[in-house]
Amino acid sequence: MTTTTAPAPEERPEEHVDTRAPKGAFSASQLVQNLPDAIRKLAPRDMVKNPVMLIVEVGAALTTVLAIALPFLGSDGTTIGFTWAIAVWLWLTVLFATLAEAVAEGRGRAQAASLRATRTTTMATRVTGYDAAADPAAKSAALESVASADLRQGDVVVVVEGEVIPGDGDIIAGIASVDESAITGESAPVVRESGGDRSAVTGGTRVLSDRIVVRITSKPGETFVDRMIALVEGAVRQKTPNELALSVLLASLTIVFLIVVLVLGPIAGFQRSTPGVAVLIALLVCLIPTTIGALLSAIGIAGMDRLVQRNVLATSGRAVEAAGDVTTLLLDKTGTITYGNRRAVAFLPLPGIDETRLTEAAALSSIADPTPEGASVVELAGERGFTPTEAPGRTVVPFTAQTRMSGIDESDGRALRKGASASVLAWVHEHGAVAPAVAAALEERVRAISEQGGTPLAVAELDAGGTARLLGVIHLKDVVKAGLAERFAALRSMGIRTIMVTGDNPITAKAIAAEAGVDDVLAEATPEEKLALIRREQEGGRLVAMTGDGTNDAPALAQADVGVAMNTGTSAAKEAGNMVDLDSDPTKLIDIVTIGKQLLITRGALTTFSIANDVAKYFAIVPAMFVGVFPGLRALNVMGLHSPDSAILSAVIFNALVIVALIPLALRGVRYRPSSASALLGRNLLLYGVGGVIAPFIGIKLIDLVVSLIPGF
Amino acid sequence: MAGLLFALTLLTLVVALVVFGWPLSTWMARTYTSDTDWRVERGVYRLLGVDARAEQRWPNYLRGILAISVLGVLFLYALQRLQPLLPFSLGLPAVPPGLAFNTAISFVTNTNWQSYSPEVTVGYTVQVAGLAAQNFLSAAIGIAVAIALVRGIAAKSTGTVGNVWVDLVRTITRVLLPLSLAAAVVLLATGVIQNLSGFPVVHTLTGGTATIPGGPVASQEAIKELGTNGGGFFNANSAHPFENPTGFSDLLEIVLLLLIPFALTRVFGLMVGDRRQGRAVLATMVLLFAIVLGAMAAFETAGGGTATTAAGGAMEGKEQRFGVLTSVLFATSTTLTSTGAVNSMHDSFTPLGGMVAIIDMMLGELAPGGVGSGLYGFLIVAILAVFLAGLMIGRTPSYLGKQVGGREITFVSLYILTTPAVVLIGLGLTFAIPAVAADVSSTSIANPGPHGFSEVLYAFTSAGNNNGSAFAGLSANTPWLNASLGAAMWLGRYLPIVFVLALAGSFANQEPRPTGAGMLATHRPQFVLLTAGTVLVVSALTYFPVLALGPLAEGLAS
Repeated sequence: MTTTTAPAPEERPEEHVDTRAPKGAFSASQLVQNLPDAIRKLAPRDMVKNPVMLIVEVGAALTTVLAIALPFLGSDGTTIGFTWAIAVWLWLTVLFATLAEAVAEGRGRAQAASLRATRTTTMATRVTGYDAAADPAAKSAALESVASADLRQGDVVVVVEGEVIPGDGDIIAGIASVDESAITGESAPVVRESGGDRSAVTGGTRVLSDRIVVRITSKPGETFVDRMIALVEGAVRQKTPNELALSVLLASLTIVFLIVVLVLGPIAGFQRSTPGVAVLIALLVCLIPTTIGALLSAIGIAGMDRLVQRNVLATSGRAVEAAGDVTTLLLDKTGTITYGNRRAVAFLPLPGIDETRLTEAAALSSIADPTPEGASVVELAGERGFTPTEAPGRTVVPFTAQTRMSGIDESDGRALRKGASASVLAWVHEHGAVAPAVAAALEERVRAISEQGGTPLAVAELDAGGTARLLGVIHLKDVVKAGLAERFAALRSMGIRTIMVTGDNPITAKAIAAEAGVDDVLAEATPEEKLALIRREQEGGRLVAMTGDGTNDAPALAQADVGVAMNTGTSAAKEAGNMVDLDSDPTKLIDIVTIGKQLLITRGALTTFSIANDVAKYFAIVPAMFVGVFPGLRALNVMGLHSPDSAILSAVIFNALVIVALIPLALRGVRYRPSSASALLGRNLLLYGVGGVIAPFIGIKLIDLVVSLIPGF
Repeated sequence: MAGLLFALTLLTLVVALVVFGWPLSTWMARTYTSDTDWRVERGVYRLLGVDARAEQRWPNYLRGILAISVLGVLFLYALQRLQPLLPFSLGLPAVPPGLAFNTAISFVTNTNWQSYSPEVTVGYTVQVAGLAAQNFLSAAIGIAVAIALVRGIAAKSTGTVGNVWVDLVRTITRVLLPLSLAAAVVLLATGVIQNLSGFPVVHTLTGGTATIPGGPVASQEAIKELGTNGGGFFNANSAHPFENPTGFSDLLEIVLLLLIPFALTRVFGLMVGDRRQGRAVLATMVLLFAIVLGAMAAFETAGGGTATTAAGGAMEGKEQRFGVLTSVLFATSTTLTSTGAVNSMHDSFTPLGGMVAIIDMMLGELAPGGVGSGLYGFLIVAILAVFLAGLMIGRTPSYLGKQVGGREITFVSLYILTTPAVVLIGLGLTFAIPAVAADVSSTSIANPGPHGFSEVLYAFTSAGNNNGSAFAGLSANTPWLNASLGAAMWLGRYLPIVFVLALAGSFANQEPRPTGAGMLATHRPQFVLLTAGTVLVVSALTYFPVLALGPLAEGLAS
């Protein structure tokens, strides 16, 4: 692989979103655009990979030779016009198959072009003799300028503001904001810093500010971008296990039909009704599973492409397939199940305290609290009709780890405090005794909130006279995202178990799990426990999917059948997983599962359709072949086709056109809605099985009506 | 009236199958899971020098099956060739080499295709020690292979599929021998003969003489039906009054030939620990049975012409004591199992009725199919249906918790490929080689035109599917047909067995995955319909053109 591909000069990072493959849409113009590629793919060297279509191509070539030779050989019962018509339509059949693949690949190419622009050779500043202990920031180390293509794994480079990062690596010193739009399509810069889970940088992205020292982790030509380009272009596409299995089945069906047609010659000859060679080839092509054979690779490419469109990169097609089989989803609580921040949901006043007073105190004591929790208290108070106003001489007391409280001190000596109940209680004690009844009432509310999985914050006030009293408790809780319970129920009907993973204590975790409707929960989770949980599930024969970002997630990501690393994560995590989510959105796991399923369903549906089609083709071709000798077989011509020649040609034309007609379906994927297996199967069987039997009867009849208008048919 | 009687016959058949099949299946499931050996069995193991407790992986299991089959062919061939030297040979000469080859393969492969008239070709020793002994052994092989596949499906990554010697011996000692004994006694009571009296000459009423062959018929008749073998003691098979004297014996024989194949569905359910799976298999088989039975009955009762109308159906080639519908029931049962016994001449059926008999075999003999071979043949198609259906619910396919991946689908594909390839290539070669085509059309084929072709088509379909019945118009005792049909029988029997055992081994290596919501439910009516549809469509697509040139061309000619 080289890095010399010329960048598209007009490429600007801001436009990457627009250069992405069109989302789902499919237009006829795509067919025309990809025609040259499709023609190139006709080369037998390429066709060998697809035995079904190779047979069609050989048949097309034979028929062409026959059509040319026919005037010199004398007729074998078929006319020259008919033979030419069959030859042309057989070539079109092969062309439609290569076209399907070309269109599917073409959709990835736009993405690949924009990625390739980032892969230009840049000059890198390499540190010679990097000394991590004495000079971690490489301030005084010797620097040299090398081409990025010459960088090796383990090299250390310095990248400063405005420069392009020369290769994948981890920041070992410094912090910088990085424009990753070339990779993610997201134009907002992200912060990358040494240590922790945000240390990975990708070659081809640009440092917008500051200076970082990066240790290169990729070999030349095997960077993340290189892999992405190969994937979206389908260049390194290997057949996935299920695709291979399906290919075996299709090949064996092809062999059966090959035998059927080959023995038909001598058998019919015995009955003095030898069919012409062109007719036999037409029969063979109609019988072998050309529909699925033509679309199989397009389905695979399009499946990967659908993932790319959702900003997920899979390192192998195998992972996408496994996603369809996943039976256990490990979901991080924060960000996936809850919004990630605790929010105030209620103010619980102590006996004798007016709720309005508590609301006001809670809001005022939170104005100095910039955390999302603090903001949510102000917000909740706002909903209750109180907006804190500025007052002269007021001092804000920010939250510190020591006091574990925040609040305000008014100029007249009054004060408000809000914080952990123990700290607030201690603060009140400082200003006088607390009645046991009040302390008990506080304790009761605190405990009640904890048991529900929430976080209690106590609020107290100090009046101008120096007397402190407790006002009440704020109930903070993790807010579960809307609609999740339904989503998990749908997953359950698909046979997928959801397990929430959280660092929270078991009580909190259980409460949130119950509210979200997940099936199980792993509380106080450590990376080791996560790994153990995955192993346990897998021992029971389940397939596990999870997301992760930290280096300590890497073993679990590697163990999981589908491990989705967040793009914000470390390179260790990205290496360990088999997918990377560029948006770093953990909820996408569910989309990934859906795409995996859709891929398999599309394959199954089109295979069924392809086989079911054969029934009608038999009814078109078989009577046409033998009706001359056995007029009784006219009874099988249930479609009332015009003539034997038009019947056979119509079947061949239908066979070719159905490929084109199904290209959009192959690219888009069969519609998938989570539902029970039997409902799904029933629907698809009806649509593609029964529909596959009926559709060609109608299609062939319609085509025959047109063909019968051609003189000579 | 005939319809009502037939309905009662069917009802009796169903009741008998349930009454005998239910305890039999429980007994068989216990037979193949028990750890205790009978004394006589221990004796056999010592004699064979095998360790009955050793679990085998599939290649070893297969080696056992192949070894005993090859030895069986050699022994049976030698026995026929040495016939003049044997006791009770009735003075019959040695069987000619080509015929002996064909017959040896025919009985070892559970086909029992007979290119000869048994009563004038083989003596009692060959009949009993050779043919009847192979009837037991070939039936046991079929059952053993099916049990091995079931074990593979049920296994929890043990990698083993059982012990071939134990399975074969127990099948004979615990299932086939006791049942045959009981069946033979009942058959005797219905009037089936059992003697060693050779060819007594009797004086007829008109003053002439007739030679009436006797023999140990009842003992052979029992295993002929029970083991879905079908090789008759007499050329006329179960149409002969000594083999099948009455309507009752006729029904009994139908019960016997359907008993084990249907019972095995419940054995399957019991052994995989989910009886619903066995019921679904049974339901699919019954559905297919009903479809083809109905079709054949419709064609035979409709018939054609005034003679048919007068007789209430196409009576040509059917015994007056059985009538049209019972003959249809027998024909359906014998061609849907791999029996091939006949109580009427299929050659004389209406063209379309005869076509249904051919189609029965073309379905792959899996509804319920031969003993064992029916179950494994059915499971293969079920796995194919699982593969397509599994994809359509968005999962990589699995059956009863076992993944159907590339390796498994390869064996399934090869199995499904084998029989059509054997049948069609045999058929194609017959007509493609000019000398052979000339010989077949001048010597073997009795009828010109499409019916003559149908006779050859029937022969290869019957041989490739190990059925053994024939369109009797064909003279098959020719060098080409003896050789090619012999090859078809051998390949049609043992290639599938290789693939089934390989598949069993592949499943046995897997740890079962949990089944449940979101998985394909393989016990529901939906799957029953899907599997039945798969069977019908796959066979129809494979054989439609050859059927069009034979029975369809004949039947649709007006």
